[in-house]
Amino acid sequence: MKKYISFFRLRFSMGLQYRTAAAAGVVTQFFWGVMEILVYRAFYEADAAAFPMRFEAVVTYIWLQQAFLAVFGAWIMESEIFDAIRDGNIAYELCRPVSIYQMWFSRTVANRTSKAVLRCVPILAVAALLPAPYGLTLPESGLHFGLFLLTLVLGLLVIVAFTLLVYIVTFYTISPDGVRIFFTSAVEFFAGAVIPLPFFPEKLRYVMELLPFAAMQNVPLRIYSGSMTEAEMLRAIYLQAFWLAVLTGLGWGLCRRAERRVTVQGG
Amino acid sequence: MMITMENVCKSYRIAKRNAGFHEAVKALFHREYEEIHALRDVSFTISDGEMVGYIGPNGAGKSSTIKILSGILTPDSGSCLIDGRVPWKNRIEHVRRIGVVFGQRSQLWWDVPVIDSYELLKDIYTIPDQVYRSNLDELTELLNLGELLRTPARQLSLGQRMRCESAASLLHSPRILFLDEPTIGLDAVSKLAVRDFIRKQNEKHGTTVILTTHDMQDIEALTKRIILIGKGQILMDGTLEDIKRGGQDIDREVAELYRSYEI
Repeated sequence: MKKYISFFRLRFSMGLQYRTAAAAGVVTQFFWGVMEILVYRAFYEADAAAFPMRFEAVVTYIWLQQAFLAVFGAWIMESEIFDAIRDGNIAYELCRPVSIYQMWFSRTVANRTSKAVLRCVPILAVAALLPAPYGLTLPESGLHFGLFLLTLVLGLLVIVAFTLLVYIVTFYTISPDGVRIFFTSAVEFFAGAVIPLPFFPEKLRYVMELLPFAAMQNVPLRIYSGSMTEAEMLRAIYLQAFWLAVLTGLGWGLCRRAERRVTVQGG
Repeated sequence: MMITMENVCKSYRIAKRNAGFHEAVKALFHREYEEIHALRDVSFTISDGEMVGYIGPNGAGKSSTIKILSGILTPDSGSCLIDGRVPWKNRIEHVRRIGVVFGQRSQLWWDVPVIDSYELLKDIYTIPDQVYRSNLDELTELLNLGELLRTPARQLSLGQRMRCESAASLLHSPRILFLDEPTIGLDAVSKLAVRDFIRKQNEKHGTTVILTTHDMQDIEALTKRIILIGKGQILMDGTLEDIKRGGQDIDREVAELYRSYEI
């Protein structure tokens, strides 16, 4: 276990080096958040009753989404891992007494958290200071906050497990581009990154909420913003755990298979 | 006996086509594959503490052999035992006891100081503190690493990086060391340093060393036994003297040898 923690530590401290990228990210995310909120405001001014979430809840959802973009952004993958598979540097990783799956898992978690730690604090701080209804509100209760933290972690693990599947498929396809584009667009749409899931038509939404994509940012962001009933929260947490088990199991199995029949590219 | 390889075969399927757009479109519908026999019936044994030079022209099957020995490639047929283990079946147990340097690749983390990569290796191999300390001190001195350890890997020159790479492969005191072209692209000083260091590892710790290289001076400086491979087959298993046959220029002799085997 200790070795995987070390992977985490090294990748994490490496991520902390990129200060300028973080500063640029904060600024971009902040303006993006403002723009999105202004668009929603225009809709809500027309007819606030026509929407499934309160305006304040949508605003909070957007601020959290921007703050934790690095946790849930579908496009955040490590080119180093793709390169290692393409050019055969994976040879060195296979020469280590480690499980490739667990190593990549801890690495990917570290990459996302290190990015998020640098970015979330300033965004959350500024968003909390904005006047109502444009600012980040407090969660409904302590319980909601606790569940938010729990589901944030579960959601992170689910998206990491999903990202790993993309890495592992690359063992077979060599080029990551196709899977990557497909995966990124599917996640963006189905996870509620473009529009929160409550805004989708009833039947479609019912199906979408069962998919693994809904086990990512959808759950923590909606719990925090108070747009889930108790029963819905419980069901969402079960689904997160279910998808986490399925995706890691699948990825782990595929990875073991790939390790055995992999061709290390290059001489 | 430490390392035995018996009747190992490995072939790759490679997609081939001629140049040009027309050919590329044709390949969309019908793809031609060629079976490349990288290794045919390779057998040898290497005992504890030996230093063996594994030579042969480009594409002879040297790297494939090293990959099989280090457990990252599964052969099509044949058997291989190292310390009683089948490398590709007990990969994790096997790699704990070996060190590998691939001269063309990097194992150091690109954006962080070299020492961070080493600390990670320490945890990966669960090297005890004391062993790690003394190995690191010894390697630092032998390879003159000093200040390099605090530099990010991306800012090292090739020679500096290769010295750091070699050290990285030995931190866990492996019993067997596989070196795949460890001196490629190095200047004279770095080459001498790396060679010297490999020899000392073997003398001091009895590490078994298997070395592939195109640099015959590496072979001259390090190994007594030479295995020659060509077109996937072992052609000769002998000593440096068998190749030299009284000639002066080893490169010429080797070229002559390759021609005589038509490889």
